[in-house]
Amino acid sequence: MKRLILVLLALAAMPAAAALKVFATVPEWGALAQEIGGDQVQVFTATTALQDPHRIEARPSLIARARSADLLIATGADLEVGWLPAIQRESGNSRIQSGQGGYFEAARYVAMQDIPARLDRADGDVHAAGNPHIQTDPRNILKVGAALAQRMKELDPAQAAAYDSRWRAFSERWRASLARWEKAAAPLRGVAVVTQHKAWVYLFDWLGMREVATLEAKPGLESTLAHLSQVREQAAVSRPRMVIRAAYNSARPAEWLSAEAKLPIVVLPFTVGGTPQAKDLTSLFDDTLARLLAVK
Amino acid sequence: MNRPSISMLAACGVLASFSAAAADAELQALREEVAQMRKSYEQRIHALEQRLADTARQAESAAGQAQAAQAASRPPAVANAFNPEVSLILSGMYNNTSQDPRQDPTGAAGRERRIQGLLPAGGELNPEARAWNLGESELAISANIDPHFRGTFLATISPANEIGVEEAHIQTLGLGNGLGIKAGRFFSSIGYANEQHPHAWDFSDAALPYQAFFGPQLSYDGVQLKWLAPTDLFVELGAEFGRARSFPASESNKNGLMSGSVFAHVGGDVGVAHSWRAGASLFASKPRERTYEDVDSSNTSVTNSFSGTSNTTVLDFLWKWSPEGNARDAGFKFQSEWFRRREAGELTYDTTAASLGTATDSFRSAQTGFYAQGIWQFMPRWRAGYRYDQLSAATLAIGLVDNATLAAADLPILQSFKPKRHTAMLDFSPSEFSRVRFQVARDQTRPGLADNQVWLHYIMSLGAHGAHKF
Repeated sequence: MKRLILVLLALAAMPAAAALKVFATVPEWGALAQEIGGDQVQVFTATTALQDPHRIEARPSLIARARSADLLIATGADLEVGWLPAIQRESGNSRIQSGQGGYFEAARYVAMQDIPARLDRADGDVHAAGNPHIQTDPRNILKVGAALAQRMKELDPAQAAAYDSRWRAFSERWRASLARWEKAAAPLRGVAVVTQHKAWVYLFDWLGMREVATLEAKPGLESTLAHLSQVREQAAVSRPRMVIRAAYNSARPAEWLSAEAKLPIVVLPFTVGGTPQAKDLTSLFDDTLARLLAVK
Repeated sequence: MNRPSISMLAACGVLASFSAAAADAELQALREEVAQMRKSYEQRIHALEQRLADTARQAESAAGQAQAAQAASRPPAVANAFNPEVSLILSGMYNNTSQDPRQDPTGAAGRERRIQGLLPAGGELNPEARAWNLGESELAISANIDPHFRGTFLATISPANEIGVEEAHIQTLGLGNGLGIKAGRFFSSIGYANEQHPHAWDFSDAALPYQAFFGPQLSYDGVQLKWLAPTDLFVELGAEFGRARSFPASESNKNGLMSGSVFAHVGGDVGVAHSWRAGASLFASKPRERTYEDVDSSNTSVTNSFSGTSNTTVLDFLWKWSPEGNARDAGFKFQSEWFRRREAGELTYDTTAASLGTATDSFRSAQTGFYAQGIWQFMPRWRAGYRYDQLSAATLAIGLVDNATLAAADLPILQSFKPKRHTAMLDFSPSEFSRVRFQVARDQTRPGLADNQVWLHYIMSLGAHGAHKF
């Protein structure tokens, strides 16, 4: 018994490994932390691009990983409200509790859109803080990245210079990519589209595209046939050019509308890993634009 | 004069017509050039205007965004900004049962519906009545108290208008090193389903072993200590002490530890699509004068009681699958728990001397139970499930019967029996906050009687979006 207690105490007192341990709720923030941190960080991403980030379960494996994290990066704006609080509470890790330095919420650093004028669940799964899918606008990556680099420097001052130089190099490359993307995406300006979920408002704001309808009757609720028929009728008037869904969305509603309204389906990666081409943040936007321009 | 003038005129006319023709061609060219220039300038101007407009719009939207961001970062100061998370669960059902859920068919007083073959656990054995029943309404209030603690309060209002405090506990947030302490009233973390609130159950009633051994959930007034190992494999160890509030403990007023439990849970993922959790728990308690009602051989209602030790072992296993780990549209969940309870002590017959007179002698029992269930989400919003649960016939050594003080018929509830039940359900969840369930069960928990039950049950939650455990 005594020996067991000693072993347990030794385990509890084990020094944290040298690398900053990052727990990212979604792939885009994992990729961003990796860009800034390089070899100095050890990134664990809790979800994949093929999973609906609203509906993740607080699996034991996630709790175990959160236990030893130095930095928890979440989107915030209630995106992870159904699972992340349970993981934080069960983790027994004081560093990553809300309000602590090891808890980083990306949505706090960008201008939110779709902030509901009234909060009523009759409107579906609305988010009081606004639409949480902020990563679809690459300009937001810059804002979040600047704040994240700052936070990583604070948490790991020994590596501050490394984080700084990596972030500077990344943001320069990112700005160059932004100019390239904006030039390439010029033909998308004003293009009308139908989407499955309101997951792209930031992308459309950036590219000047127009979302004329969504396949979900209310945010987060499954599409109904009655609503889909309504969208089909609307499509006859507003003439969208394509129907867009994220890699993790069920294919059926988009396929139905595509067949009914003779619209091409565009499956966008939505985040890193959503398509084979979207390997990192840069290729995520390369692939997103390529897929949009291919049917435009 | 006239002639030449005419010829001049003619010449002039010819000239003029010549020059007019030349001028026409030139004009045409000029016009075309001007038109082209205009067109090109118009295009360029249009492009410039477009850019100007775009830039202006961008500037405007940037300013607007900056303003919005500012506004968002500075919410108006209001007194209720610190309001805790409040949520309310509403539930109700329609039941159709082939047997009277309230009474034993003999109609004898005290012979209410209960599981045959073991000391009764009390607690509700749903359904409460036939036709319409209101479920328990649960009001939950929780919030972080400060950076160190979180508080949770959960009250239930029963259909009989009784208010009960189901949970009221504080929990540490800031201990670190994987440690967590919970104090107050809470559901024990033994097993898997014990901690779940009824609204999170996959079936409308608790599994038979829970009803029989914990009636139907083990709850503490006490303290819980948990430690999570710093490994990628989920390993959680915990212990609980206090006054267990429900069967198999008894209401006690003794200093010291009357009940306690220890538990270990492990879990992890297999690939991206599978995840699992397994656990072993032990609950020990020293019930004192834990009473129950029965009807003896002279058809008199008597109160009997048990004092001694009661140990329950629980093994639990949970496995979940969903395509690509995306549980929204499809998935499968298998859940099973195994229980073994041993009790040793003294059984007192007729404590109030209402019938043959009070008598006490030794009592030992051992009983196992298990359930296994599978839930299949076959399309978005729709799930189907099946559960089988059973209890073994208890191994009993009743001193009062062995030494012939009493006949076995004087303790009818203890007569050997092997209760079992089949349950199937289909549920539909229009959103994360609402669910309607259709459930049928064939309940064989009383000798010679099979109760066919039909449930139509709604469970809805309003208010804060709670985070559910695995």
